Amino acid sequence: MHPAASVIIFTSLSGLGFGLMFFLGLGKPDVSGGSAFVFFCIAYALAVGGLLASTFHLGNPQRAMKAFSQWRTSWLSREGVVAVAALLAMGVYAALLIFVGIRVAPLGWLGSALSITAVYCTSMIYGQLKTVPRWNMTTTPILFLLYALSGGALLAAQLPFALLLLAILTLVQILSWMLGDLSFALAGHNIETATGLGHLGKVRLLESPHSGENYLTREMVHVIGRKHSFKLRVIAALCLGVIPVVLLGLFQINHLSALLIIALHVIGLFTSRWLFFAEAEHVVGLYYDKR
Amino acid sequence: MTDLPTSTTKKLGLVIDLDICVGCHACVINCKEWNTSNYGAPLSDIDAYGSNPVGTFLNRIHTYEVKSDDKLAQTVHFPKSCLHCEDAPCVTVCPTGASYKRSEDGIVLVNESDCIGCGLCAWACPYGARELDAAEGVMKKCTLCVDRIYNENLPEIDREPACVRTCPANARHFGDFADPESDVSRMSAARGGMQLMPQQDTKPVNRYLPPRPKADIQTDGDIDILAPFLEPVAETPKGLLGWLDKALEAL
Ligand code: SF4
Ligand code: SF4
Ligand code: SF4
Repeated sequence: MHPAASVIIFTSLSGLGFGLMFFLGLGKPDVSGGSAFVFFCIAYALAVGGLLASTFHLGNPQRAMKAFSQWRTSWLSREGVVAVAALLAMGVYAALLIFVGIRVAPLGWLGSALSITAVYCTSMIYGQLKTVPRWNMTTTPILFLLYALSGGALLAAQLPFALLLLAILTLVQILSWMLGDLSFALAGHNIETATGLGHLGKVRLLESPHSGENYLTREMVHVIGRKHSFKLRVIAALCLGVIPVVLLGLFQINHLSALLIIALHVIGLFTSRWLFFAEAEHVVGLYYDKR
Repeated sequence: MTDLPTSTTKKLGLVIDLDICVGCHACVINCKEWNTSNYGAPLSDIDAYGSNPVGTFLNRIHTYEVKSDDKLAQTVHFPKSCLHCEDAPCVTVCPTGASYKRSEDGIVLVNESDCIGCGLCAWACPYGARELDAAEGVMKKCTLCVDRIYNENLPEIDREPACVRTCPANARHFGDFADPESDVSRMSAARGGMQLMPQQDTKPVNRYLPPRPKADIQTDGDIDILAPFLEPVAETPKGLLGWLDKALEAL
């Protein structure tokens, strides 16, 4: 799949933002006044920034409001509805906390639940797609949730949580890369089954429909850039989890080193999210004899 | 609403005969012509006369070579347009309700004035039947020529999809698969009509008729069944040719 910047930024930043909100809603860290203001600003900037980025790839963004209507069947619609609900609930909670100085704990819990549900909905936009076997696995929602929670724990300075979650995340990420490599074959698709011509022999594409590219090949048959995927996986695993876990486990963390760990984690997050798209193979590629 | 109808009264769709399609792309052109000048946004071409032209098409023909170890390779032209799936994943993923499946005849359509151009439906379709138009930013797909098949302004003979109407080889047929006595149902039953990628559980309505087995007349190393009648008459040249042959050999 084409690793478009808009969807990489959308899933990465909104995941981080809602992850941070999850912890803020639970009262971790127990902030109020000015420092609460700073924490909530960061969470909103990430979550809203991510959601706005997602509108950049729309053909007709002026009609984006219509996307809230089909929550009964569509994970994309659910994601929109739940994200807005989370932002509203957290907004009221944060306003009371910052300006009135009272913590309405149940409202915070509701905000936390909605925030994490929004991340789950985001993950299911991809996880539901049978056409992309690498995404259509239970590891997809688990990974998205782990990314949001561990990134959120880091940003919320919940270091013991962060240490544990980052370690689990790194393991699950490596495992899901390995499972993902098998997923296409396990789904049982090849050019013979796609064309239904396998009973006649080996199939290969003799001529593509048109000599040039088209929307489908650009969007879904993205093959360039995969050749460095192993190196990128190593870089991603080191940055997003391995180095942060070592630093968190072995050293006394001050503000500067916390910032360094967050920066490393975000680099790892973006790299792995790029791979999430670039390595995903859509079954339509079979008709083009490419994956 | 992007809920799928539990059942549809009719199941309109196409039979595509892979044995007959000659890969002329006439249906591609007629589809583009009809659908660019009638219902909905036109099917744009970008950089049409430049070095990297791309355009929107609702129907594309792939050409495959199929080869088994003991036979000559065979060419199969493979037209691909929307299969109007019963369990259309492209419909249920749509966040706006722009994509829908009609309960009366099962046609899958896009309401372009609701489409935000998110592209998720194209990702959900296993067959590459949906293309986002680069100029309009809305999703385009085969409409089963819904503006022809019920169009009383057209002569009756033209009330079928443009691709079916134009096919010079008669490789495409249009009809109702809910009626077991319709031409398309009987054709599909007789020829083992197949659904594409059944593992995807989309339950396509369209059926593909597999190529018929090729007559295999080349057994036992014979070049041709007519070969015995074409034995050379003279094994060795005689006369002037014979002399020339010998003289040249001797050189
Ligand atoms: S062929 Fe693709 S676009 Fe058409 S109904 Fe099936 S899934 Fe939807
Ligand atoms: S591109 Fe349009 S029709 Fe397709 S899912 Fe998005 S809004 Fe629906
Ligand atoms: S039925 Fe109409 S829209 Fe669909 S492929 Fe044929 S000509 Fe194109």
